[in-house]
Amino acid sequence: MLETTREIFPFHGGVHPPEMKDLSNRSPIARGPLPAQLVIPLQQSIGNPAKCVVNVGDIVGKGQLIAAPDGNLSVAVHAPTSGRIVAIDARQVAHPSGLAEWCVTLESDGRDEWIARDKFDWRGALERGDGKAIRDYLQLMGVVGQGGAVFPSHLKLGGREALQTLIINGAECEPYITCDDRLMRERAIEIVAGIGIVRKMLNAREVLIGVEDNKPEAVHALREALAHCGFAAEVVVVPTLYPSGGAKQLIKLLTNKEVPSGVRSTDLGVQCFNIATIYSIYAALEQAEPVISRIVTLTGGVAKPGNVDALIGTPIDDLLAFAGGSSAREYIYGGPMMGFTLPSTAVGLTKAGNCVIAMDAASFPPKAPEMPCIRCGECAVACPQELQPMDLYWFSRSKNFGKAQEWNLFDCIECGACAYVCPSSIQLVDYYRFAKSEIWEAERAKKSADTARQRHEFKQFREEREKAEKAARLAAKAAPKPAETAAAASADAGAPAADADDKAAKIKAAMARAAAKKAEAGDLAAPPTQVGNGKVPHVLSDEQAAKIRASMEKRAAEKAAQEALSPEERAARDAERAAKIEAAKAAAAAKKAGADTLVEHASASSEQDASAADTPAKSALDEEKAAKIRAAMAAAAAKKAAKEAGAASPAAAAPDKDAVAPSPAASTATEAAPAKAALDDEKAAKIRAAMAAAAARKAAKEGGEVAPVAEPAAASMTEVVAEVAAAAGTAPAAASTPEAVAPAAAGIDPDKAAKIRAAMAAAAAKKAAKQAAQDEGQA
Amino acid sequence: MSFLLALAVMAILALVLGAILGFAAIKYKVDEDPLVDKIDAILPQTQCGQCGFPGCKPYATAIANEEAEINKCPPGGEDGIRKLADLLGKDFVPFDDGGASAEKARSVAIIREDTCIGCTLCIQACPVDAIVGAAKHLHTVIESECTGCELCIAPCPVDCIDIVPVGENVNTWKWRYPIIQLKKVA
Repeated sequence: MLETTREIFPFHGGVHPPEMKDLSNRSPIARGPLPAQLVIPLQQSIGNPAKCVVNVGDIVGKGQLIAAPDGNLSVAVHAPTSGRIVAIDARQVAHPSGLAEWCVTLESDGRDEWIARDKFDWRGALERGDGKAIRDYLQLMGVVGQGGAVFPSHLKLGGREALQTLIINGAECEPYITCDDRLMRERAIEIVAGIGIVRKMLNAREVLIGVEDNKPEAVHALREALAHCGFAAEVVVVPTLYPSGGAKQLIKLLTNKEVPSGVRSTDLGVQCFNIATIYSIYAALEQAEPVISRIVTLTGGVAKPGNVDALIGTPIDDLLAFAGGSSAREYIYGGPMMGFTLPSTAVGLTKAGNCVIAMDAASFPPKAPEMPCIRCGECAVACPQELQPMDLYWFSRSKNFGKAQEWNLFDCIECGACAYVCPSSIQLVDYYRFAKSEIWEAERAKKSADTARQRHEFKQFREEREKAEKAARLAAKAAPKPAETAAAASADAGAPAADADDKAAKIKAAMARAAAKKAEAGDLAAPPTQVGNGKVPHVLSDEQAAKIRASMEKRAAEKAAQEALSPEERAARDAERAAKIEAAKAAAAAKKAGADTLVEHASASSEQDASAADTPAKSALDEEKAAKIRAAMAAAAAKKAAKEAGAASPAAAAPDKDAVAPSPAASTATEAAPAKAALDDEKAAKIRAAMAAAAARKAAKEGGEVAPVAEPAAASMTEVVAEVAAAAGTAPAAASTPEAVAPAAAGIDPDKAAKIRAAMAAAAAKKAAKQAAQDEGQA
Repeated sequence: MSFLLALAVMAILALVLGAILGFAAIKYKVDEDPLVDKIDAILPQTQCGQCGFPGCKPYATAIANEEAEINKCPPGGEDGIRKLADLLGKDFVPFDDGGASAEKARSVAIIREDTCIGCTLCIQACPVDAIVGAAKHLHTVIESECTGCELCIAPCPVDCIDIVPVGENVNTWKWRYPIIQLKKVA
């Protein structure tokens, strides 16, 4: 007789169905069959399905990772034997629904060869206090609770505070099942070693192993193993009463602590582990063996009932054949109280599968027809969770789910004790499961409705914002007209660039375009054969150079001014700049339309200067645009003059924060510029100018080919670039050819806005060139 | 004298209480009608417009203002009507089209990718931004965000959008209502 060593605190209710355990607990655990094909579901734990990491056709070794954990609430899945992956598809799985889920189908090669395994140094990790490394390792080894709930074990091992009581669940209260019994009898030493590991990880003060009194051999084996283990642990024998193996019931039995609704046992300082889970933790840490097999009880109407150490993924058919075959029509997966009928025997064994029962007619008579509830209250007496099953039944049946929830439906552990005692043979648990899944579904729907609402509201907000932005853009587009006229005045007055920033950018864009156009005009006016000789019209190139210099200066001044600004101001300016780019784009489009007019205009007056603003518009269509350009050019010229004057007096350099010493060669405005701005900015501006020039030249060449009478401006452009480079005194000799500058520019200059301006200038120039060429051809 | 004191006490009391009330009125001001939010919480948020309003919130507002019946929301099903009736203290009314709006299984839109021309019209129509894509590029539906409202079907110029019911998987599967066996008489 087994002596009880400590006080037992019985839980409420409970039933005592026929045990039927000696069917299968007499023979030792047999090594399971090596099936030809294994079907391994990717979801074998609560939480996310594992992510498959192998492909069809891959050759895998025994214990090789085939699916990695996806997130924290998920564990890895491994190849149970060596072989080839023949399919990764949706197959029927061991689930009451009979639905198909993703499975890896492995064709075994019969060799059952392990991959190379490295032992994990969990002791070292534990000494370092690196519990997380051990938990991650267990997750990667696919360790889950094998009592039936398949909760990832690594999540249960992460307590921050020391645990009061560690409970090892060896109760195995369901009838028929004997896998834990045999495991405790045959592998007690390993289990005790596993308990030692878990105890250390959780810093448990007390270890209690609960075993029902119908397993005396297991109790003896464990006590013997514990005698030499070196830590205090106690095997507590509990009376056989279903469901003493439920975590909450066992906790109550051993510690007299009742786990309240909605509270986890850890909060009470108690943690519960199943025997089989402890064994797989031991195997993972001490033998580097992932969870690729488990002990499963094959019992009921099979020829040779017993326990088998079967590979995960072994089709149930193979297991039944191993147990001598059976003629039963239906099979229960799990215990007779809580298990479910298998949808098919082709499904693969999972980590949760502790038992397969062939339902023979003698032990499993057909269910009696359901009779009305007579409110006898037997179910309430039997309920180990102290619920009111008849009320829950009533509410679930009438689909009054809110009320069912109020009556703590979710504290029901679906043990089936109520249905077992029901004199009307009502399948109460089926109603509870129905109600629970309806409530979960409603919660899912609620969640998705909430997301949909958020997304819809955000869409509305986004549309509003876009509308506002568009309005702002339109307003910005409408603004330039008065600004442009003001620009000339302000530039004439020598106002600081920072004040007239808006206008300055526009003027710059306009000038770049005008310069390109001019180059074009020059190009067309000179024969292409004269490229590079001294016969280039100097007036034109000088003028161009002056303009480019002016634009560069302005840019430099702007940069300097911006550097002096606070971040908020800078942000505001960025927004402004974006608006400007938009405006410039619009201007470019308009310009394209009237480009030919402008070309005519530009080539007609080669001595165009500040007085150009007074020149009457030649085309009525493009009058406004032309006037703008002219105004801009006039402004630039005026600015240049102002700058030249300013260069002499140090006061003009006031916005400069870099305090670069003035270059001794600073006799012109262009040469004064580098002194005012940071060297990089200057370079970037130059490169932009060069790029614009290069583009213009290219366009001009195209134009020149069409019209042989055209004169070269390419030489002048080259000269401009060279001059610009020389002025800086930093550009290498290669910079004298625009082609060499352009690629460098791409790497150096990150300023998108400037690039856009340059590109637009180039486009306008090209268009103009083509137009001019056509005109020439017609002439 | 005591008469004046009483007056003064009352006046001060009135001032203090008035200040507290005024503060509370500003501090705990309710901007929106809470009833609208309660109704909106019951509606399924498909934003499908089958009720004749441009979205669930407008319909909720209309119900709150007693401008609309509670039986205009087919995606909400009869269960939705019941909940609305409970909330508003009204009687249950069946769908006005006599059962034509029977509850549909949850569906999502699927774009047939070889037919899509990348016109972005469906993207603009989607009330929950569940379609991704760019002009002249293939569009696709984010299934987890799709409410199955079918608003993207009409604007599609090449009819490449199908509404496909979402099947069950092991995680969304529901236990069926237990079938009550009838006792065999003969």
